[in-house]
Amino acid sequence: MAEIDSGGGGGKKKGPKKQSTKVDMTPMVDLAFLLITFFMLTTTFNKPQTMEVNMPDKNNEDKTIKLNFKRALTIIMGKGDRVYFYQGIEDPKVSITDYSDGGLRKLLLDKKKEIRQTTGKDMFVVIKATDASNYKNVVDVLDEMAITGAPTYALADITPADLQLLKKNGLE
Amino acid sequence: MGKVKIPRKSVSLDMTAMCDMAFLLLNFFILTAKFKAEEPVNVETPGSISELKLPDIGVMTITVDKDNRVFFGVEGQFLRKEMLKLFAGQYKIGYTPKEEQEFMLLSTFGVPATELRGILNLENAERNKPGLQKGIPIDSADNQLRDWIAQARYADKVVAAQKGETAKGLRIAIRGDAQTNYPTIRRVITTLQDQNINKFNLITNLEGVPVLPK
Repeated sequence: MAEIDSGGGGGKKKGPKKQSTKVDMTPMVDLAFLLITFFMLTTTFNKPQTMEVNMPDKNNEDKTIKLNFKRALTIIMGKGDRVYFYQGIEDPKVSITDYSDGGLRKLLLDKKKEIRQTTGKDMFVVIKATDASNYKNVVDVLDEMAITGAPTYALADITPADLQLLKKNGLE
Repeated sequence: MGKVKIPRKSVSLDMTAMCDMAFLLLNFFILTAKFKAEEPVNVETPGSISELKLPDIGVMTITVDKDNRVFFGVEGQFLRKEMLKLFAGQYKIGYTPKEEQEFMLLSTFGVPATELRGILNLENAERNKPGLQKGIPIDSADNQLRDWIAQARYADKVVAAQKGETAKGLRIAIRGDAQTNYPTIRRVITTLQDQNINKFNLITNLEGVPVLPK
């Protein structure tokens, strides 16, 4: 057996000196808790956040939604973080706004209330993106829908008619 | 008055129990921790208020970076192996067992079918050099992303059948860079919709929930 002689030189020479087996564990416990904290935080913060998207079924034509066009609010994402919107479909007036709190969010909240009052039904938002917009714009708009609690919305492809409408209004 | 003698008590306490517990927890967290795999691409996702967490297993991730390159990855090593076999069968490419082994460890890749072998025979550090992987083709003429997704879903069923379970289905997550063009994202979404996948997740950063005006 290996022995470590740590007895003080001299002194009593009667038999081996009894030593305490206790070790100061404070630094070890400190380190252990530090590592626990580290691993706990990294495991829980590593999981990415997600947003769930449901797209309408392309193949199911029977389910095409027929709705009163007065309830429809169309949002078009344009170039350079611009947002165009119009209400209804017959000869609509296209206006312009942006992604800020006072822009799109206020618009959605106002329109939600207005459409509820005039038609007695919920607003329906159609979201369309031009080729000049980017992914952040799409996520921002979907996020605004969640923030303002828009009852129904759908992501749709942009049509040539929409592009023409933008051109006619001198936008894009 | 006589002096009252207070017996001196030791301030050191027995930390053995606490230490035991601390190390037990430490072991648990070390073993459950999943380290972030090295990825060939850097993506900055946009923020949203959604707090939904992505599950650890049964997820395929489609990554789109700001140069509109598309990368694909799926969780589960056996699933990857099965997926590669199915894909190789479809494209008539034979992979050696060593290449299959490499592919099992590949969490994300973004190369056309013809260049996959070259990537598999590289060292890990070289493989993830920025700009080396050109992205998976997603044109309507040559949509390899569609084939990867289809084979991954099929492989999921095969792997589940081998274990004697029923497949739970793979969840699809799109991890796009904030600056990605919309047309690329639309092509990815169309690819999904063409296979009747109408429900998917977008990976975002967490943002604070704003206070709405009354």
